Amino acid sequence: MATIVTDARFADAAPGTAVRHSSVLVRWTLVLIAVAFLGLMLILPLVIVFCGAFEKGWQTTVAALTHPDARAAIRLTALTVVIAVPLNIVFGIAAAWAITKFRLRGKSVLVTLIDLPFSVSPVIAGMVFVLLFGARGLLGPWLGEHDIRIIFAWPGIALATMFVTLPFVARELIPLMQAQGRDDEEAAISLGAGGWQTFFRVTLPSIKWGLAYGTILCTARALGEFGAVSVVSGHIRGETNTLPLHVEILYNEYQFAAAFSVAGLLVSIALLTIIAKSIVEWRMHRSVRRDMDGGPAAQATLDRVGSGR
Amino acid sequence: MRFARSGRRSVIPGFRLTMGFSVLYMSLLVLIPLSTLGLWAGRLSWQELWTTFSASRTLAAYRLSLGGALIAAGVNAVFGLLIAWVLVRYRFPGRRILDTLVDLPFALPTAVAGISLTAIYAPTGILGGLLDKAGIQAAYSPLGIIIAMAFVSLPFVIRTTQPVLQDIDREVEEAAATLGANRLQAFVRVILPAILPAVLTGFAMAFARAVGEYGSVVFISGNMPGRTEIVPLLIMTRLEEYNYPGATAVALVLLVLSFMMLLAINLLQAWARRSAPV
Amino acid sequence: MSIEVANVTKRFGDFAALKEVSLRVNAGELVALLGPSGSGKTTLLRVIAGLEAPDAGSVLFEGEDATTRHVRQRRVGFVFQHYALFRHMTVFENVAFGLRVRPRRVRPTRAEIRSRVSELLRLVQLEGFARRYPSQLSGGQRQRVALARALAVEPKVLLLDEPFGALDAKVRQELRRWLRRLHEEIHVTSVFVTHDQDEALEVADRVVVMNAGCIEQVGTPEDVFQNPASAFVMNFLGTVNVFHRRVDSLTPEIDAVEIQCPDELPAGSRPARIFVRPHNLEINTHATGKPSLRGRVQFINAAGPQVKVEVLTEFGEVLQVETSQERYQALNITKGSEVYVTPKEMRVFFDDGRPNSA
Repeated sequence: MATIVTDARFADAAPGTAVRHSSVLVRWTLVLIAVAFLGLMLILPLVIVFCGAFEKGWQTTVAALTHPDARAAIRLTALTVVIAVPLNIVFGIAAAWAITKFRLRGKSVLVTLIDLPFSVSPVIAGMVFVLLFGARGLLGPWLGEHDIRIIFAWPGIALATMFVTLPFVARELIPLMQAQGRDDEEAAISLGAGGWQTFFRVTLPSIKWGLAYGTILCTARALGEFGAVSVVSGHIRGETNTLPLHVEILYNEYQFAAAFSVAGLLVSIALLTIIAKSIVEWRMHRSVRRDMDGGPAAQATLDRVGSGR
Repeated sequence: MRFARSGRRSVIPGFRLTMGFSVLYMSLLVLIPLSTLGLWAGRLSWQELWTTFSASRTLAAYRLSLGGALIAAGVNAVFGLLIAWVLVRYRFPGRRILDTLVDLPFALPTAVAGISLTAIYAPTGILGGLLDKAGIQAAYSPLGIIIAMAFVSLPFVIRTTQPVLQDIDREVEEAAATLGANRLQAFVRVILPAILPAVLTGFAMAFARAVGEYGSVVFISGNMPGRTEIVPLLIMTRLEEYNYPGATAVALVLLVLSFMMLLAINLLQAWARRSAPV
Repeated sequence: MSIEVANVTKRFGDFAALKEVSLRVNAGELVALLGPSGSGKTTLLRVIAGLEAPDAGSVLFEGEDATTRHVRQRRVGFVFQHYALFRHMTVFENVAFGLRVRPRRVRPTRAEIRSRVSELLRLVQLEGFARRYPSQLSGGQRQRVALARALAVEPKVLLLDEPFGALDAKVRQELRRWLRRLHEEIHVTSVFVTHDQDEALEVADRVVVMNAGCIEQVGTPEDVFQNPASAFVMNFLGTVNVFHRRVDSLTPEIDAVEIQCPDELPAGSRPARIFVRPHNLEINTHATGKPSLRGRVQFINAAGPQVKVEVLTEFGEVLQVETSQERYQALNITKGSEVYVTPKEMRVFFDDGRPNSA
């Protein structure tokens, strides 16, 4: 095996290795513990899913994925993503703009409120919509009279998904736009640009990687949300089952190979998600580095990010 | 609540539009639905609340959820700190892949994690079988629940600690060395105090996530009332019985706990910012 | 304690930070390592401290080889450029750190630590600040805390990396004089790194001028300023006018103008650079008979003890001339005036590297 070089930024005969050097024994022990823990907790579950998916041969796998119920679940999941993600992107941009581009009291309250859906249990997230729109909920009777179905139908699923994925884009953009400040926009406007021009030509290019990052995370969660959706779905096969719910039904019916096949599809998407996320992260760092070479203003931006102001 | 702009008018347009949309969207989607829960809670009598919370089933569920989440977050705090250290300080083959994989629990649907962990830790599974021989029941027991909770909350401590560890000034560690401190003293007295706020923030986030977790836990827990039934599942059961007041009563405490955790995380983050390396 | 650095080489990847550097610092001396960034001065300081391990060569403390000794055991006090104060500790805790981490059998008692720390805080004039945090101090105060912290372990050597680099001009001036006085008081062997020639010349007993990983010259401030050993040293210490010429036999020629030159000049014509400091250029409004360069005044800055005059010569070279206020009044020159500039003292360095003194 190759040797371990101490310290991330100063690897390979860089200054400062004399002091930050830990003993070889300590290094290898720590690395082995880390690898063992992550292997057990993360890699083993992945392997098990794929093993389960192909246990009965690939024909079963394909059959499970092309079953009409599975196809319906894929369609509903896609519909949910198509509704929830764009709306949350618009919200994220609007909220970040309102919070970071203006002097504003109560800023931190708003930022905290945006984080709220993350700290609420998904079951409660689904439940509040049942309490509001369910048959015995507040608006239930009125909705019943007008024959509008929200709970146990796709609108409820979309609402619950929007609730749990609401913060993703906003919480990525707020710190980023906060760090970038207002100077660029003020410069653009002083040069005669309008509001939309300023946004599309000045702001958007500088936040695109942050936006991509938030969108990826938002999409992944929208695809995979289980708890909140489970509460409002009603589990009607071929109608109100998203992919994760479909996995649950198959599993509870002891159709393990089919359940793991659909799970395998979701795992593949998850792996693509984290790969895309790493790429975006890398691009983001690179663009920050490039800005840094850009001069003192960019350096000041980094300093401000660093000190968290 | 009023979010008034202070000082002079900004030259940047769009305040009304963006603030209006944000507040409206958030109200419709989050605030109004959550207040519905408050409305239902307001209708509860003290008698109903008392019945709910004196019931041994409710108490057992809360004990299990809180205790399990605490242990899971604790395990993740210890291993998260260690993994963050290894990922930041050491170079070894496969480091990048490991670093990327850490985010998996955020990207993987919880139901998938649930069935996979169950397959591993059930008595027929590869690890479950080994543990079974040793007389330890993993799946369908509190241990299984803790494993699932630890899985979903695994990235938090690592991701909050990594950047702080990365930013620790090389000079500060060198200063400790020139003053005669050994590696352990430098870690305990200089590095640990600097990253502690970040570790605690990650711990609180992991705890908040684990307490509310549903998808990954229901498969592995076995869902026996009073023994392996977590709070979110109890809420779910009450909802399926159309017992909305019962569900509301159980959910109320969990929601209040979430608010408290949110507040705690905010305070911790403010502290972390203050003590971040210069 | 004396320090000896012998043939030390240090590379970072492809970059050679130090090339076979040798240096001796006597006990009790205050030495400045002076040079531009990238000259290797900080690396040399870090090698002495044990923060970097040299690729070749050795470091001796008091004649004893300390090359492999860990930084913890070297008993050096190191003051970092950005102070590296522990920000979660108070000033008191920062200063006490080195005493607190000692092994139990040599650790002072609480009372001893307390008295030692307050003594040091008195020394650095920060008595009332023991309970403050570093973030509540000014730059100059942080600097002095860093110094007190380094002195707390009773170092045999005090090493300072750009000690005044991050401070504003006025505070720098004060701290320089203060460091000088402090050194006279405690007399510990001290080495500091700086890129500021005024700082080095004003504070140090001896100055080590470094360039591109090598030592160019070692000497007293007066010595290196008056008798620079190389073109680099001449250039680095203060403003200087440079003439690129071929210097011929005994009489180097500055374009068409014959200028009297030192007699030690070797025979034969070689490309050389002729250096003249601004105060060594005499300015006249008419030809004096002495060899001189004709030019026009381009710019005058009379705000200061010396008047700075910029002259564009007939050969298109821009000269920096410094003259006294009295002389400037007497000359009565303005922008555009025709003037004659006569070098009073100059220094010739041949491009092949062999120096020549005036």
